[in-house]
Amino acid sequence: MQKVIEIKDLTKRFKNNEVLKGLSLSVQKGENLVLIGKSGEGKSVTLKCITGLMTTDGGSIKVFDREVASLNEDELKDMRCRIGFLFQGSALYDSMTVKENLAFPLRRVLRMKDEKEIDERSRQVLEAVGLIDTINKMPGELSGGMRKRLALARTLIVHPEIILYDEPTTGLDTITSREISELILEMKEKYNTTSLIVTHDIPCAKIVADRIVVMRDGKSVADGKTKDLENSTDDFIRSFFN
Amino acid sequence: MNRQFPFAATLETIGDQAFFLRSFIRSTFRSGFELNEFSRQSYFIGYRSIGIILLTGFILGIVLTIQSQPTLKEFGAESFIPSMVAISVIREICPVIVGLICAGKIASGIGAELGSMKVTEQIDAMEVSGANAVQFLVVPRILACMLMIPVLTIVADAVAIFGGFIATTFYSDMTFKLYFLKATSSLRFSDIVPAIIKTILFGFAIGFSGCWNGFNAIHGTESVGRAANKAVVTASVAIIVLDAIVVQFTKWIVYS
Repeated sequence: MQKVIEIKDLTKRFKNNEVLKGLSLSVQKGENLVLIGKSGEGKSVTLKCITGLMTTDGGSIKVFDREVASLNEDELKDMRCRIGFLFQGSALYDSMTVKENLAFPLRRVLRMKDEKEIDERSRQVLEAVGLIDTINKMPGELSGGMRKRLALARTLIVHPEIILYDEPTTGLDTITSREISELILEMKEKYNTTSLIVTHDIPCAKIVADRIVVMRDGKSVADGKTKDLENSTDDFIRSFFN
Repeated sequence: MNRQFPFAATLETIGDQAFFLRSFIRSTFRSGFELNEFSRQSYFIGYRSIGIILLTGFILGIVLTIQSQPTLKEFGAESFIPSMVAISVIREICPVIVGLICAGKIASGIGAELGSMKVTEQIDAMEVSGANAVQFLVVPRILACMLMIPVLTIVADAVAIFGGFIATTFYSDMTFKLYFLKATSSLRFSDIVPAIIKTILFGFAIGFSGCWNGFNAIHGTESVGRAANKAVVTASVAIIVLDAIVVQFTKWIVYS
């Protein structure tokens, strides 16, 4: 299977705090890889390093077989066009309507000019995430779950090959968390995407994961299927699932 | 060793600002200029500040006339009041006052708006989607400031001269036509052009300071307030420093 993301011995330091201490993992094309670990382990930092939002201190990150650190501005932009990123706080553009949020990447990234096509594509993704009635609303008028759905729609609208999810269910109630988890799975099947999902939410991980990587002290300490990790002999790893 | 830290941090900030400036210049000349956003920002900057600019300009003209009239009267030079008001407001007072007012109003607004976008990861979301956040957020704001600060200054100049005329009517029966002729006949090319160039630079300082501080807001809502505050302070200091530099340059060019 083709590796679309490959991380080797990644290190990242913030002043005196070394967050990542040699993280290694890889994501195969078409799989949903879930990254779990305690708070402050550097899971979100890993996602930001993959997209070049943060620079790394050492190690290697390859996306689509290209070393991220060696990409120039235009190459990085091209790579980002193939990756979607769902932020923990949704990161919706709060001065724009739902429709304008969706049109933003179409106009500025895909350089689409045909308003009819933009409208059609916006409606398609909104229908896919069940938010068609909110097309003219402002993000501030939406609930937490709806905001997550809209953020996912904005990510999907450019048809990314990889989606990075940063805590997709944080701050949501159990039922909405399950809905979002099922939506992630549904979108993977519908759009055939590869996903790297960072989460604390084990029920979510169990629903969406093809494989789980556990992080401890800035490194990956376990890698396997949910059932294998649930039955691990290591108390730390098992503690996530109990 | 400890003494080197502030120096190193200052150098690092200057370096980061240089990269931000380079990014602004490159994004300005890239295809896909955000004309709608530029128009929207120009409208907001002009519309938001026009009231306070009109009021300040008008009162400035009145005060300048009232305060200088007794002294000029002693020398029998009351007829120079229109020229004095016109030259002083156009060359110095209005550009600096408008610049400082806009530093308070506009730079803080930009700093807070972009700062809040930064802490809620909206700017990261733009970057990571492959869109050019500098081209969408920074270029229209800085260019709008560079366009609107000179326009607001010209409006303030005109209103200040009119205010000067209103104050003149308190002690003389000079007609507006005569006042206007006296005011404009004393103006030279070298009074107007450096003043306009100066206000374009002030506009750049206001826009750049707001955008830079907004883009560098980190760690929650507290940093949004700090970004707005730093934007005002740095823009105000930059205006004063730029004013001194431009005055010196004008002196060299015009009088040498």
